[in-house]
Amino acid sequence: MTVIKTADEAKQDRAYLQSLTELLYQLADDDFIISFRGSEWLGLAPHIEEDVSFSSITQNTMGHAVLYYQLLEELGEGEADILAHDRSSEKRRNAVYLEKKNGEGDYIEEPYYDWALTVIRQYLYETFKKVKLEALLQSSYVPLADTAQKVLMEQTYHLAHWKTWVRQLQDSTDEAKSRLQFRIEEAWDEFLDVLELGPEAKEMEKHQLIVSEEELQQQWLADVKDTLTYIPDKPLQKTNGSGRNGEHTEDLTQALNTLNEVYEMDKNAVW
Amino acid sequence: MTDIQKKTEIETVLKSVDDPELPGVSVVDLGMVHGVDTDNQKVFISMIPTFAGCPALDIIEKNVREAVETVEWVEHCDVSFSFRQKWSTEAITEEGKKQLKKHGIAPPPKNYKPGEEWSVNCPYCDSPYTSMDNVFGPTACRSILYCRSCKNPFEAMKPVINYEKGVVQ
Repeated sequence: MTVIKTADEAKQDRAYLQSLTELLYQLADDDFIISFRGSEWLGLAPHIEEDVSFSSITQNTMGHAVLYYQLLEELGEGEADILAHDRSSEKRRNAVYLEKKNGEGDYIEEPYYDWALTVIRQYLYETFKKVKLEALLQSSYVPLADTAQKVLMEQTYHLAHWKTWVRQLQDSTDEAKSRLQFRIEEAWDEFLDVLELGPEAKEMEKHQLIVSEEELQQQWLADVKDTLTYIPDKPLQKTNGSGRNGEHTEDLTQALNTLNEVYEMDKNAVW
Repeated sequence: MTDIQKKTEIETVLKSVDDPELPGVSVVDLGMVHGVDTDNQKVFISMIPTFAGCPALDIIEKNVREAVETVEWVEHCDVSFSFRQKWSTEAITEEGKKQLKKHGIAPPPKNYKPGEEWSVNCPYCDSPYTSMDNVFGPTACRSILYCRSCKNPFEAMKPVINYEKGVVQ
């Protein structure tokens, strides 16, 4: 395997660089948007301890997005802050399911959010994040493998947290079970693009940046089956399109508009 | 002054730079200083960041730079964070652990394996009869616990160590 140790080395090979930046945008944008949805629970979580936990997880996950944006900056993609704030929705590579609103209403007025959606989404996502990061430990791009190691050291706590929620709720009242089942059914229709690597998937594998989609998906499904007591009897789908191709919904536009509100007021402000 | 003398002087200065939230606990004792290099009047400090997204990192960088630049012969100090080196709670020194206890923060458990249960003694009365209230605390690196013996709430440094693939969670 050809090991690429620095950004300058990566820039020597155009095909390699293209696959690498595509993969990094997916990693960065996924963590970025799920952190935003997490931040919208601030002050609304079911109890005070959960508010502390979830906001800590969210802040930490946003920190992971920053690490990937910094890797992109080193590769000449522009400043990390601008990559996070100033890219239109069609340039975003996050999976569509992750941008979905937390429920009805909005944060400022009547946030009728759904905790079952959040528990299922966070659990399914963190499970996949771990599978992906473990694969990235062997990545041919050393700065990415190093970052994966760093993130895994912290993410262990996030996954354990959501696994606890899933286990307790699926073992709880009939209402809890049916709410979870409804969101699991929904996830099976919408989750598939989270598990995908987009149009560059084959190239990424060829350059040994990451393993194949099939391998990642099999591992994820095995892990999920270990924890979830209810698994839908239907294939996984991406009914809202694929974020890996830049396809997105109105929900992402809403998220970006909220996120960028202050930034858009004065793009040159120094913090 | 030789390079070795210079480095020693800088290392002494760094021992006076505390974590902004933990007065008395230096960045050296937290295991955040990776290397010190000098080149004539220039000093280069490489540091190991703790948790990703920790908002204190920018403040620490500034405090380190300002402290080093007070040294008479130093004209410029450059501070960089590198993720090549992984910070783990095992890097905290014995002195660091002692100082943490003064803040009511238990040092991380020894020989921790990721995903495994862990327990720490109360930093006030040293009782092992403690319970975890929340693994997530006021900052990314700390958890919230309670001592059933002396009835005090306290915090503990959340253990983070190098991750090995395939560990059961």
